[in-house]
Amino acid sequence: MADTNYDLIVLGSGPGGYVAAIRAAQLGLKTAIVEREHLGGICLNWGCIPTKALLRSAEIYHYMQHAGDYGLIAQQISADIDAVVKRSRGVAKQLSQGVAFLMKKHKITVHMGEGKLTAPGKMEVKGEKGTESLSAKNIIVATGARARDLPFAPADGKRIWTYRHALVPPELPKKLLVIGSGAIGIEFASFYSDMGADVTVVEMLDRLVPVEDADVSAFLEKQLKKQGMTIFTGAGVEELKATANGVTAKIKTKDGKSESAEFSHAIVAIGIVPNTENIGLEALGVKTTKGHIDTDAMCRTNVPGIWAIGDVTAPPWLAHKAMHESVISVEAIAGNHPHAMDVRNIPGCTYCRPQIASVGLTEAKAKELGYEVKAGTFPFIGNGKAIALGESEGFTKTVFDAKTGELLGAHMIGAEVTELIQGYTIGKTAELVEDDFIGTVFPHPTLSETMHEGVLAAFGRPLHI
Amino acid sequence: MPIELKMPALSPTMEEGTLAKWLVKEGDTVKSGDLLAEIETDKATMEFEAIDEGVVSQILVAEGTDGVKVGTVIAVISGEGEDASAKAAPAPAAKEEAKAAEPQDVTPAKAGAASQSAPTPAAPTSAGATEKAAPATAASGERIKASPLAKRLAAERGIDLATIIGTGPGGRIVKDDLDGAPANAAAPAAAAAPAAAAAVPASAPAAAGPIPDFGIPHEDTKLNGMRKTIARRLTQSMQEAPHIYLTVDIRLDALLKLRGELNASLESRGVKLSVNDMLIKALAVALERVPACNVSFGGDVMRQYSRADISVAVSIPGGLITPIITDAGGKSMSKISTEMAELAAKAKEGKLQPNEYQGGTASISNMGMMGIKQFTAVINPPQAMIMAIGAGEKRPYIVDDALAIATVMSATGSFDHRAIDGADGALLMKTFKELVESPLGLVA
Repeated sequence: MADTNYDLIVLGSGPGGYVAAIRAAQLGLKTAIVEREHLGGICLNWGCIPTKALLRSAEIYHYMQHAGDYGLIAQQISADIDAVVKRSRGVAKQLSQGVAFLMKKHKITVHMGEGKLTAPGKMEVKGEKGTESLSAKNIIVATGARARDLPFAPADGKRIWTYRHALVPPELPKKLLVIGSGAIGIEFASFYSDMGADVTVVEMLDRLVPVEDADVSAFLEKQLKKQGMTIFTGAGVEELKATANGVTAKIKTKDGKSESAEFSHAIVAIGIVPNTENIGLEALGVKTTKGHIDTDAMCRTNVPGIWAIGDVTAPPWLAHKAMHESVISVEAIAGNHPHAMDVRNIPGCTYCRPQIASVGLTEAKAKELGYEVKAGTFPFIGNGKAIALGESEGFTKTVFDAKTGELLGAHMIGAEVTELIQGYTIGKTAELVEDDFIGTVFPHPTLSETMHEGVLAAFGRPLHI
Repeated sequence: MPIELKMPALSPTMEEGTLAKWLVKEGDTVKSGDLLAEIETDKATMEFEAIDEGVVSQILVAEGTDGVKVGTVIAVISGEGEDASAKAAPAPAAKEEAKAAEPQDVTPAKAGAASQSAPTPAAPTSAGATEKAAPATAASGERIKASPLAKRLAAERGIDLATIIGTGPGGRIVKDDLDGAPANAAAPAAAAAPAAAAAVPASAPAAAGPIPDFGIPHEDTKLNGMRKTIARRLTQSMQEAPHIYLTVDIRLDALLKLRGELNASLESRGVKLSVNDMLIKALAVALERVPACNVSFGGDVMRQYSRADISVAVSIPGGLITPIITDAGGKSMSKISTEMAELAAKAKEGKLQPNEYQGGTASISNMGMMGIKQFTAVINPPQAMIMAIGAGEKRPYIVDDALAIATVMSATGSFDHRAIDGADGALLMKTFKELVESPLGLVA
């Protein structure tokens, strides 16, 4: 019988869990990780990474179709969805194996099976080989979340999909209904639209990507409509029925009318449900809010020795938030004094076409909080690199506190903005003020120049417009 | 090959330190493990050991120099048998680095001068404001790390950054640290008359001005880092936190009896509980029972701690330091006793690690052994309470309506009245008293 007494057990091996285990091992803690399915969790296997692989194929397909714009000739272009999916699965597999390697390298014991807390510091793992009993001074719960179903139309994987089905489609949808326009919904809408599907998006709130700045939502809606999508905002799906050949949906539009429409498939992307069931939380009295585990700034739950990170806790539900929390919690467990994370400084990225990236407050939210705001927008059409790339659709917007010069938020839509936002994130985290951004030299010609101009625009002095 | 000795980083966050004392002189032969110098940071003095063998050919930074940046070449060691020419060779390079370090030393003086000649009002926004923050911070003689936004806000609100404890990376002062900080009384000089040159020195409370010379025979000693930190923090505490003081008399006989019994049974384990160990536990348990006193005041937030970490004042040569018993409420008294002995020993040797003295949710200070009957202590920010323990002494005491003799001590809690109401403070004192007078609750 192996020694199953650890300093730390991590339940769940997603980006929060496996990073926690690595950091713990680096700090000299004897660490175990418990996973019921795949090392790497949703992010690597069924989320962030495989969708990026799919979207890359869609992007190249899009370029091939527009080869003529660049003076190139590409004929007889077509897509092989099976090969596209196969590539995506290959990428996921490579990374999952990478996590297995990292666990081995750091001498972290991996227990495959369903973990359940049985008492403070005790966990039972039901695996293929039977049940193991583990113990540790500290346990981090990093069980993540799963897709929320429509109560009246649970996903069947055939016609009604969640993100998980949409990643491995049995066939390419001809006419696709996407319900929900958060990051997941919009990324699949973008992917399938670029792959040739006729896509309709239904959003309950009054604009697409409702967490983003209103200007970004408006711009995105215009772009997606131009790409041929049908968009309903302020609308709801009242009925959704799978049939032999597709789905029938009853959509209630903004003006209160109900209309029926036929689709070949539907993707439900209306939010997530935390994975807090059957892991023993209730019996130990771990407190939750709307199902998500309550934690303090160091990721402690109300029960000593039990910690929680990532999607199973409060929003934002983003892999990089989970990874950052993993390090904070482990440092705290090791007796160090880590700095708490500031949610105002967590960037968000959506990889649709055009891409969206943002950090901090939207202009409307800043005003709502009572800030006197200086905001400015710089369009990509004023940027040389964007025009050379043939990607002149997009903008960079900044929101500053007029009184102090603090950067309150930055909002970008356009080519490669997901790679750019970290510039603002660093600046915001370091509490730079407008003079620091204005005084920074941005390389020419790059898309990042729009970040400089976006700040100048907020202070009424953009150069190239 | 001559070896350049560089200023070591003695903690992960150390950026500069004081070369307090050289333990070798030029020409001395050293071998690995020999002590070369004492390096002082703001809290601890540490010894710098030789790693290589050789002859100390040059000492480039004189002892007593403060603000020596990590990485600065402080001395050169030549390998055995190397001649004078080899010894001279590294000099230019080394000198240059030493020179680079020099401006550090003169910064405070320069900045002081600048601050006196720059009484112009702060522009409401942008450029000038950031620069203006600089003299204020440098005037206290230490480099103060602050974000650009924090510097600007401090300048605009008239806050002296020297009085603020930074919570950002490496102790950097960030925006949130300024929330709730009082504007400096004198600093609105910026907003007031441009002719306010005279007001400038007053704007740096931690840096008391020069002491007038009345012709009394005297000797001035330069402050070490610890003394500066004590001065800054205690000034901040008394200026920012309105203190209220609540005193109770506590009968100790039951606690002393229990201590005797416990020590008799713990003797085999080599543990000997002190009264103070038991009072640490009692304070922690009292804080857990009265959570309203286990808090920090953060300007626009109140932080409620879910664990009682007790900072214990330990007097050490040249000052005072407060090592922490983490989660003292959850630890047995024997564990507290063992940890306290270790921490106190490390403190006396100046070898506490920053994580062993930074933090804590409340403090305890005991001057009973000096025969002090009762005293009031200064809160250690950002904590919101400190318990001052006086001497346990036999006093005439009313027991069952009759005059008797009992061993009694007076304990006085200082509370940050912004965070803690009088009634909550009183409840904590009452709980503490009950725990000490019926001490079985401490063992349970």
